Amino acid sequence: MSDTTTDTTTDNGEQDQQDLGAAGSQLSTAPAEPPAAPGLGVIGWARWFWRQLTSMRVALLLLLLLSLGAIPGSLIPQSGADINKVADFQKTHKTLSPIYDRLGLFHVYSSVWFSAIYILLFVSLVGCIIPRAWQFVGQLRGRPPGAPKRLDRLPAYTTWRTAAAPEEVREAALGLLKKRRFRAHLAGDAVAAEKGYVREFGNLVFHIALIVLLIAFASGQMYKSDGTKLVVEGDGFANSILQYDDFKSGSMFSTDDLVPFSFDLKNFHATYQTSGPSKGTPVTFAADIDYSEGAYGRSKRTTIKVNEPLHIGDAKVYLVSHGYAPVITVRDSKGKVVYHDAVPMLPLDANISSQGVVKVMDGYRSAQGVSEQLGIQLFFVPTYGGGSSVLSTFPALENPVLNLAPYHGDLGVNSGIPQSVYQLDKTHLKEFKDSAGKQFRDNLKPGQTMQLPNGAGSVTFEKGVREWAGFEIVQEPGSSWALGGALAAIFGLAASLFIQRRRVWVRAVPGPDGVTVVEMAGLGRSESAKVPEELGDLAGILYDQAPGAPDPDDSSPSPSPDPEVVPAEGAEKR
Amino acid sequence: MTSAAAHALDVTTLAATNEHLASMSNTLVYSSMAVYTLAFFAYIFEWLLGSRSRVARTANALTTKTDTKTAPAVTVKKAGGTAVLERPQVVVRSAAGSRDVPDGPGAHGGDEQGDLYGRIAISLTVLAFLVELAGVATRAASVQRAPWGNMYEFNITFSTVAVAVYLTLLALRKNVRWLGLFLITTVLLDLGLAVTVLYTASEPLVPALHSYWLYIHVSTAIFCGAVFYVGAVATILYLFKDAYESKLENGGKPGSFATSVLERLPASASLDKFAYRVNAAVFPLWTFTIIAGAIWAGSAWGRYWNWDPKETWSFITWVAYACYLHARATAGWKGRKAAYLAMIAFGCWLFNYYGVNIFVTGKHSYAGV
Ligand code: HEM
Repeated sequence: MSDTTTDTTTDNGEQDQQDLGAAGSQLSTAPAEPPAAPGLGVIGWARWFWRQLTSMRVALLLLLLLSLGAIPGSLIPQSGADINKVADFQKTHKTLSPIYDRLGLFHVYSSVWFSAIYILLFVSLVGCIIPRAWQFVGQLRGRPPGAPKRLDRLPAYTTWRTAAAPEEVREAALGLLKKRRFRAHLAGDAVAAEKGYVREFGNLVFHIALIVLLIAFASGQMYKSDGTKLVVEGDGFANSILQYDDFKSGSMFSTDDLVPFSFDLKNFHATYQTSGPSKGTPVTFAADIDYSEGAYGRSKRTTIKVNEPLHIGDAKVYLVSHGYAPVITVRDSKGKVVYHDAVPMLPLDANISSQGVVKVMDGYRSAQGVSEQLGIQLFFVPTYGGGSSVLSTFPALENPVLNLAPYHGDLGVNSGIPQSVYQLDKTHLKEFKDSAGKQFRDNLKPGQTMQLPNGAGSVTFEKGVREWAGFEIVQEPGSSWALGGALAAIFGLAASLFIQRRRVWVRAVPGPDGVTVVEMAGLGRSESAKVPEELGDLAGILYDQAPGAPDPDDSSPSPSPDPEVVPAEGAEKR
Repeated sequence: MTSAAAHALDVTTLAATNEHLASMSNTLVYSSMAVYTLAFFAYIFEWLLGSRSRVARTANALTTKTDTKTAPAVTVKKAGGTAVLERPQVVVRSAAGSRDVPDGPGAHGGDEQGDLYGRIAISLTVLAFLVELAGVATRAASVQRAPWGNMYEFNITFSTVAVAVYLTLLALRKNVRWLGLFLITTVLLDLGLAVTVLYTASEPLVPALHSYWLYIHVSTAIFCGAVFYVGAVATILYLFKDAYESKLENGGKPGSFATSVLERLPASASLDKFAYRVNAAVFPLWTFTIIAGAIWAGSAWGRYWNWDPKETWSFITWVAYACYLHARATAGWKGRKAAYLAMIAFGCWLFNYYGVNIFVTGKHSYAGV
């Protein structure tokens, strides 16, 4: 404690000259505002530009721009979210669309200008953090500045006269402040102390955490993969690109990055609200699967629910959709089975009215013995409500009905144009006609069979409608870094907003009449009620150690109650 | 099969009790509106009666420069002939350049009768709050989940929390009584909107909303909204009071209505500080809310960040508040400019809450308008 006095006594006189500016200096590491005009030459300009970029004002501007830039993406359909909506929008807005397209407004968050804003912000952030971190280290190694000459100019101030000797008061103050975990030292006739460095530290942690978050985000985008797969009960999936229905990946992704695993869907079950105004609203979705990690892993059973994905290494398997897959058997005119499979149907509404197609590619011969292809348009309702309504009235399988409309001819699958498995290309297909010459179609219940006209064969809707589940398999490395960065950001933020960095000075000198005058003052980084409160608290304790002595002119009236004066115990300014 | 039938039976009896609870909740919410209306009138009376006393502290403070700052802080009181030394008092000095204006006395303006009405208003507010809280709780019981599934439920929870924040600040003896009328007016608006436009029959949640992150994310979101709202009210009042003070400072003559109302509010510097503290205090929680939402999205949709409109606007709101905090930390952007930023930030929050649910469709829209 006493060794702190040795090297500061010499600049005693200088410190008395210090004004408030010095006392308040370096209370934060906020950068100084940059000069208005650049110096000469390229280097001058470069330095000017850098100073501007890393100034608070430009950081503020970039932040504002970032939030402005994010707006259009929330109002205009985005191709990353829903490509169909973008197509719809482009159809209805013929003049706007090309302009939007050129501005990248259909993919705002990966557009050049949006990237430019956050990259500039990123550079500004880095350019801001490095000097601040250095400055902060310097402040930690240095000492709180000595007391300004006039303590009564500071935002919080108190004074009293005491019979104790100045050295005793200073010693007591030093001990008290150190006990309160201030960094305190004796500088001349006063003790200088500072506390709340955690604020600055937290602030640096927060800004660094933002950088970590950004990097984690960017690398996640580059290395991620994301695919979907529809699996019918009883079928399986192995994690390789060929097996996906739909697959997207980042620019740095390679197929070797796919985590090896496989699974079989054993059973999918859903329950729904059975009564009340929200009848039919889903209550639970769950998919029971057997999965194995690696190429030859042991099989394990688990259940995937909507909010409970399966984690296998870096990969996560989510349950994202579901529907029905009626089992269809098609026989030709001789009774030979030419098709037998569960046909996944795409849901069209909340009650899972759905549609699908059967494509019999080969093996079918007509009654005349001609080799043909068959296509059957299917429409399925899990709960047929009776009457003329063709839509399902409840999403569960209560009264399933399948409507079939068969066609024959050429499916066009060999034309080289990729086809959807849910749609029929009818250009080379002919309808089967009923006796009245209309399109032949029929409704079947499970177990029923429909005979095609003129002995062309039969179609059976087998008992036991299966269900399918849609899975999304996502790999996004770096998400644990993002999470870590996010948590660090919160703690840093809390520290930087809730902790006050403040300085306290205690001066004790003999007055003109020989009685010691104690002066205490506090200075916070921003005006805060806490600073006077704490000062009052400290003054109260110190006062007990150095009790007051009467004023020389005992008769002086007490000053009128002034709203600016708060009791030493500290209540807030009202 | 039998267990399924028993389950179905269970569900129907449950549904009956739930409907009973739901209608009880509605009754409670309507009752709370009635009590809030009474409180509203009591606040009005407080303001009306308060206008009887003509105070002009602001003008006095701005025109007469007293130098009380350097007055000695140790005083000696004569108590019964013996001198008793008082403890040293701390003198507080405002930052250089800021106006030194005392805070107003509050809505009652020092009028005793007005003060009485103010106290009645607060008691009524407490009562209405308790009734509304019961309404929210029975609603939760009727749906057997947290009452945050649709906008009706958001609105009733939101106003309950906003009033709770106000009452808590009062209980902590903070100088916030002046907020009462402004807060209760908007609470009534919010509830009126809830029971007329936004009413939704109670219903359970779709599976995507089944997650404990829902409880964390949505409860903090509502809380942050309520606190941001309190901050926004203070900011608006700051803008008015600041305009009033600078008019006086420049020798202008504000209208008598403005004088009567604004004289009774705290000084602009106090309002500004209050708004800043409120916003800064809740900003880390707002950050946490967004992160919790991202974690929830990660487990429900497979991706942490989808740039879904709701997420995007949460992000915009967050950046706007960060701008505001930065502005406060930088010279030249303090005061009115920072206040405008705070208003923009709260506007973003409002748009995220109402605008996105109503005008924009995204993954969040199944939360029900
Ligand atoms: C992603 C964008 C950013 C966010 C969300 C952000 C957020 C914040 C927040 C919340 C604070 C605390 C404010 C307070 O103490 O009241 C802060 C302080 C600060 N920020 Fe940022 N910031 C960002 C970017 C930047 C950049 C690019 C710079 C560089 C110029 C910067 C420089 C500072 C400084 C110097 C402080 C401390 C101010 C002080 O100590 O008085 N920030 N920031």
